Amino acid sequence: MSGFIPHTPNEVAEMLTFLGIESVDQLFETIPSAIRLSRDSLKLPDSKSEFDVLEELETLAAKNRALGPDFISFAGGGAYDHDIASAIKSLSTRSEFLTAYTPYQPEVAQGVLQALFEYQSLVSRLSGLEISNASLYDGASALVEAINLTVAQSKNGLVWISQGINPAYRQVVNTFANGTGHSIQEIPIRNGSTSWPVENPTLPGTIVIGYPNYLGLLEPMEQIISFAQANDIKLIFAYDPVSMALLRSPGELGADVAIAEGQSFGVGLNFGGPYVGLFSTREKYVRHLPGRLVGETVDSAGQTGYVTTLRTREQDIRREKASSNVCTNQTLIAITTAISMSWLGKSGIQELANRCYSGAEYLKDLLVRIDGVELYSSLPSVREFAVKTKMSSELLVDRMIEEGFLAGVPILEGFESSDVYGSLLVTVTEKRTRAQIDHYASTLERIIR
Amino acid sequence: MTLKHKKPGGKASSAPLMGGKEESTIFEFSSPGRSSATFRETEIPPRNPSQTIPSYYLRDSQLEFPEVSERDLVAHFTRLTHRQFSVDLGAYPLGSCTMKYNPKLADAGSVIPQFANIHPLQPVSTIQGWLELMVTLENYFTEITGMAAATLQPAAGAQGELTGLLIMKAFHEHNKDERKNIIIPDSAHGTNPASVTLSGYTPITVKSNSRGLVDIDALKQLVDKDTAGIMLTNPNTIGLFEEEIVEIAKMVHDVGGLLYYDGANLNAIMGIVRPGDMGFDIVHSNLHKTFATPHGGGGPGSGPVAVSARLAEFLPGPRPTITGRDGTGNPVYGMETPAKSIGRIHSFHGNAMVFVRALAYMMYYGGKGLREVSEIAVLNANWLKKRLSENFPAAHDRVCMHEFVCTAAKLKKDSTVRALDVAKGLLEEGFHSPTVYFPLVVEEALMFEPTETESLQTLESIASAMDKIAEMAKTAEGRGELKSAPKVTPISRLDEARAARNLISTYDASLASTDN
Ligand SMILES: Cc1ncc(COP(=O)(O)O)c(C=O)c1O
Repeated sequence: MSGFIPHTPNEVAEMLTFLGIESVDQLFETIPSAIRLSRDSLKLPDSKSEFDVLEELETLAAKNRALGPDFISFAGGGAYDHDIASAIKSLSTRSEFLTAYTPYQPEVAQGVLQALFEYQSLVSRLSGLEISNASLYDGASALVEAINLTVAQSKNGLVWISQGINPAYRQVVNTFANGTGHSIQEIPIRNGSTSWPVENPTLPGTIVIGYPNYLGLLEPMEQIISFAQANDIKLIFAYDPVSMALLRSPGELGADVAIAEGQSFGVGLNFGGPYVGLFSTREKYVRHLPGRLVGETVDSAGQTGYVTTLRTREQDIRREKASSNVCTNQTLIAITTAISMSWLGKSGIQELANRCYSGAEYLKDLLVRIDGVELYSSLPSVREFAVKTKMSSELLVDRMIEEGFLAGVPILEGFESSDVYGSLLVTVTEKRTRAQIDHYASTLERIIR
Repeated sequence: MTLKHKKPGGKASSAPLMGGKEESTIFEFSSPGRSSATFRETEIPPRNPSQTIPSYYLRDSQLEFPEVSERDLVAHFTRLTHRQFSVDLGAYPLGSCTMKYNPKLADAGSVIPQFANIHPLQPVSTIQGWLELMVTLENYFTEITGMAAATLQPAAGAQGELTGLLIMKAFHEHNKDERKNIIIPDSAHGTNPASVTLSGYTPITVKSNSRGLVDIDALKQLVDKDTAGIMLTNPNTIGLFEEEIVEIAKMVHDVGGLLYYDGANLNAIMGIVRPGDMGFDIVHSNLHKTFATPHGGGGPGSGPVAVSARLAEFLPGPRPTITGRDGTGNPVYGMETPAKSIGRIHSFHGNAMVFVRALAYMMYYGGKGLREVSEIAVLNANWLKKRLSENFPAAHDRVCMHEFVCTAAKLKKDSTVRALDVAKGLLEEGFHSPTVYFPLVVEEALMFEPTETESLQTLESIASAMDKIAEMAKTAEGRGELKSAPKVTPISRLDEARAARNLISTYDASLASTDN
């Protein structure tokens, strides 16, 4: 047999004898012959050796322009170019984590379970909310699940979602709302902040706020938070986890649910996935939590151990009444972020956030001095900000590629009627040096002229 | 032992895990002021955030992350891996999960820097390799499933299901055809009914007949103009092929409904029969099962969805596609959203790195090789089913596909030893246990899926361990051992009721708990 099939022809023959049949084909006789394929009908290329496969993949990969010393990224928009320590890469690719299934048998899955428990603990400290699940697919799906939870817990299915939420997440929310029937109302952004229609006679059951928002900005929030609380409206925060080292947590500010994309913690850009959706909520909603939850307990000898718990919320038990349909989540990525958060530690996460902030402010100062570049909003920002450029942002990004820069993310789809449409979203991570930023700013100035 | 079989030559082994003491949490290794983190020298002047950020937003105490050295961090997580079973350690015959060996070549493919160091929002001119890879994988997937077009956005099987159901709904709504129900068998996986609810349809259960298949007469009663569609997996979750699939397809299509194929069981039929040829309109597959991408302890997976031609315009977008030709006639790739798209499913393009692994697997095997994969997967399942049948009779004594469900019902009656005890007994013997108590329609179900990558020697060792368990169940002492198994694992049976009653899901809750 070929490939990873260990059977020798003799063994196959022995097995057939044991089964009392002559050929493997006989095992497929329950399949109606009219629809059965003949032996080589699949039109796929012929099999290849491992070495040929890898060479072909490398050839394919070479058609991409990868980030590196000759292509330097200032792009964010929900995916950030951070340094990843070797220790994190090494631990997160350990084959015991990589090649395990969902922990259905806790006695032989303490590694994954305990790592998830530590992940949940870290995410709860980030979000300031007591309960965090064992991960969801990505930031967008975490937001969908958050809305599903709050709608079920509030007076109506009307959701006000700020246009300051990542436009891709808003699209995903709208896609899934076609199934649930939730009514999603986008509230426009002006000068960087959401114009909440608080005078509106019809009030929503849920409000979704970006913290900071997609444009990197800290919007005035005090009013909308107290408005929500006064009117029994549930609050969802979509936050940036790195910024939480500097900012008060969503929980402290009054969030009912807080979600985030966790990619910044040790997960490579990887063309957008696999990433991980962080999800936290208050203890009172724990029985409506989507996805898996790991809890601490003891074994028969009294030793501390971990299991997945409150399982009656989940699809395999509750079926059509489950709190969510999620089964497989992003465990390996969740574990990776837990390792990364632990590697950063208390001083490191603060240092990381400070460096992102300082770098972004440094670049902001350089860019606003350029003729033809204007800051979109004067609201405070943490690690990302939008600029209006006299050259179209798309063209600018294209021209900057030739100069060795991924200049940022053009703000287009999802902002069609907004004053920010056409701006360029720019970010600085701890990876960027002063020399790179200086070079970026001077190149941009030359190109835009 | 009355069933005669020749013992295969050679040995198989399974590695026990590290037992002994508990492992403290990472928080407990902290020492104030310690850190692993290091940063580049950037020469950027540090600024104080309070210069621009109002105090309303600023936190007043530092975020409490662990304070550990890199050495202690590495030791802690490495010790955790010693408390974790995995495919790389031994057989994992967990039914419905297709825990086959994950080829290392796919690992090598997924770390190629020109795949990994790519921002998802880079301009299309800089991601031509990625787009070509995605289009190629979509094409291979539609060829294997017999469909017309596909999306790679869904991050796992359940998300694929919901995507497929939303496509179904968009199709009916486009035809101004209001429908209410989705029919699912009583043996269906829990994600099926949960996804149906989220799609806005109502799940209706059709019962299985005594042969373990969809009861056609019962189905006839349920199918009508309110039927939006039916969700099936074929082979079904009992491991049996739905022989009347062509009639079922006709019945559902005749009333204007669509057929959804849950491809979690695709490992049985690659190159042998295709969902499209069975009459299905929508298919999802779990790349983390059939196409050997590692399951990561519970993800990341990938749940691509393929559809027939008439549904292609409803697929999620944006989709990778050929948008033109360059000067030398080579394709140029771009992203487009189909006319009647249901919209976006994922923050970016899906679990992209999983695509590389799955494509590597398909390229390695080619069409004929994939057929061999399914043939041996089915051979292995049938061999093990028969080999276990004396002590653990199959729920349905017929030829099975890539997995089978046997039952410990008789054992329980005779000895009080339950399926759960059998599962734990198998852990004691160094193997992962089968799936237990699923599907719900079989009493004391034990669902084995050996996969094609386990050798005859390994199957024999699993069977011997199962023989031993059946023997143990005959004596009081043995029964006691089984009910308190496992003992050689890093930890023994856990108090699950206590975990639910006194919820401790974070280290902080643990510190606050009076129980501790
Ligand atoms: C039959 C069946 N359907 C659907 C699923 C759901 O897939 P996933 O866990 O990737 O969401 C599974 C796997 O758990 C399954 O076995």
